[in-house]
Amino acid sequence: MEHSDTATSAAHSTEAQGNGASTLTQVDRARRTDPAVLKDLLEKMLLVRRFEEKSAELYTLGKIGGFCHLYIGQEAVGVGAISTLSPDDYILCSYREHGHALVRGLDPGEIMAELCGKKSGVSKGKGGSMHLFDKTKGFMGGHGIVGGQIPLATGFAFASKYLKQHAVTLCFFGEAAVNIGSFHESLNLAALWKLPVVYICENNRFGMGTPVERASSLYDLSGKACAYNMARAYVDGMDVLAMRELVMEAVERARGDNAPMLIEARTYRFMGHSMSDPVHGHYRTKAEVEEQKRHDPIKMFTSTLETLGVINHDDVAELDKKVREIVEDAVAFSERSEEPDPMEIDTDVYTS
Amino acid sequence: MPVMTFLEAIRQGIWEEMERDPSVFLLGEDIGAYGGAFKVSAGMLEKFGEDRVIDTPISESAIVGAAVGAALAGMRPVAEMQFMDFITCGFDQIVNVAAKIHYRWGPAVPMVVRGPSGAGVHGGPYHSQSNEMWFVHTPGLKVVVPATAYDAKGLIKSSIRDDNPVIFFEHKLLYRRIKEDVPEEDYVVPLGKARIAREGTDIAVITYGAMVWTALEAAEALAKEGISLEVVDLRTLLPYDEQAVLESVRKCNKVILLHEDTRTGGMAGELAALIASQAFEDLDGPIVRVTSPDTPVPFSPPLEEFFLPNAQKVAEAARKLAAY
Repeated sequence: MEHSDTATSAAHSTEAQGNGASTLTQVDRARRTDPAVLKDLLEKMLLVRRFEEKSAELYTLGKIGGFCHLYIGQEAVGVGAISTLSPDDYILCSYREHGHALVRGLDPGEIMAELCGKKSGVSKGKGGSMHLFDKTKGFMGGHGIVGGQIPLATGFAFASKYLKQHAVTLCFFGEAAVNIGSFHESLNLAALWKLPVVYICENNRFGMGTPVERASSLYDLSGKACAYNMARAYVDGMDVLAMRELVMEAVERARGDNAPMLIEARTYRFMGHSMSDPVHGHYRTKAEVEEQKRHDPIKMFTSTLETLGVINHDDVAELDKKVREIVEDAVAFSERSEEPDPMEIDTDVYTS
Repeated sequence: MPVMTFLEAIRQGIWEEMERDPSVFLLGEDIGAYGGAFKVSAGMLEKFGEDRVIDTPISESAIVGAAVGAALAGMRPVAEMQFMDFITCGFDQIVNVAAKIHYRWGPAVPMVVRGPSGAGVHGGPYHSQSNEMWFVHTPGLKVVVPATAYDAKGLIKSSIRDDNPVIFFEHKLLYRRIKEDVPEEDYVVPLGKARIAREGTDIAVITYGAMVWTALEAAEALAKEGISLEVVDLRTLLPYDEQAVLESVRKCNKVILLHEDTRTGGMAGELAALIASQAFEDLDGPIVRVTSPDTPVPFSPPLEEFFLPNAQKVAEAARKLAAY
């Protein structure tokens, strides 16, 4: 693959690396990808989009409470990256993790039930939107404090190397997390100890309402890896195939050579920071959001697949119908689930 | 006198201090253009400019550490934690650095770390804690927890003027629910002084923060049953007003210790020890605690409701104690 040279040589370079600079189009990448995989990627992106739209609706109706951060606009990052993993690999995420959980195969009904605080939720209603977990799927959260998962991911990678499990850890976080101390401490350890971990920085341009250029002195965030002699790359996070190809290579290297990597996926969130933050207003304009929506990862990918004849308009409609049904079923499951019994309050505080 | 929310009162207090003292400045995440996660600093960037209302990266340790350094160099920083739960990331700089500087080598560290705490908004385990006791157990700090809008303004102003590091807890449920007359002029509420929120004769309820309102609601209901609660609002937890606590216990002879924080190691335990050692002979009944249970704060609304103390739970405890 065209980016292999740049990615493998990135460790000692201060130049911007990775397939973000590639001239390959999504159509080029789609041509060399199995059509079944392409359809699956589209279906997963649609599932995330529809699930999140429904979450917004339920939040507005008061059925989901508290804080709720949607993934709309960023689907290509999680879908492309997670598509490269084996069942035994680990995933750790930030609090914007509904999409990652869905893609990893957590039950949509149990995710929705957690958002609604129901007993049948993945975390029994005790965690909510930001605290989704499923150990059986290697889905290790769902972390509600910025960057809190980064040292943990480093520990998962340490354990899988020590135990010779050959598992790779994918660690997702937003671009605002690169400014916390433990991000730097973790990258240093991962490079020093040669751990099988891929750090994926989802640069959606805003840490809540603060633009990245007002929070980081370095614009090319993947460059943070240079301080730790770690491979790095940036990638168009709106292109699910560019994402998939780069992460696939990073995962292979992590698994084979215990080489960590930092990937910056350049993306954009189409919604506010959380449901209580308007889409535009204080810190970005409507025109900016509309401009970014022209790069909608789902529209772009649909168009690519239609151009290549992998799918047609009717196929897309059918896929959309299918995922809408999954989402409706998830809502129905949540609706008929019981609320937690108050006696559950002190279960799970300690393990027996 | 203008009617102001709890949140507006805090904003006005900070605003006035920034106007009267150019060494006061704000730093924190999203406090500028965004106006703060809860909008406490809305309008401040426009009024005071980027030099004094500083948006920081998500770097709590650096925020607190920089505040300590600036304080040592003659400034009066007011650092915002977006949620008080996130203060953990700046913990070392608060408890090891800020709290012990004066004791170690003499200089004053005039700084405030403030932010929203408390449950009741379905924020889940990371956005709902009442974590004031982490700091009450750290000599060198002052810990302030206002309950009313009047106090919120007067106490934030005192905290900014204080020459010691002050950790200022703002219960997020009060931000927009509490509205009252707040004087527009300059006034301060002294740190370390409790107030009697309601006079009573039968049972002293010692509490602070949002639970003051819970105690008042219970007192109102019980008055109809002929049980008279006195409600003491501590306002400052470190140093706390021992005299006010003891006076109220000596007057009522029965006491309920109420807080939203979890039970073990909570403020109630400290108060119980004080009362048992200093006012044992004045007690006509057991010292009663009403607190949250020893669990993380659950997200699910019915679980969170069960977790939190409320007026019914206070009233129930009061009825039992009155009958003792």
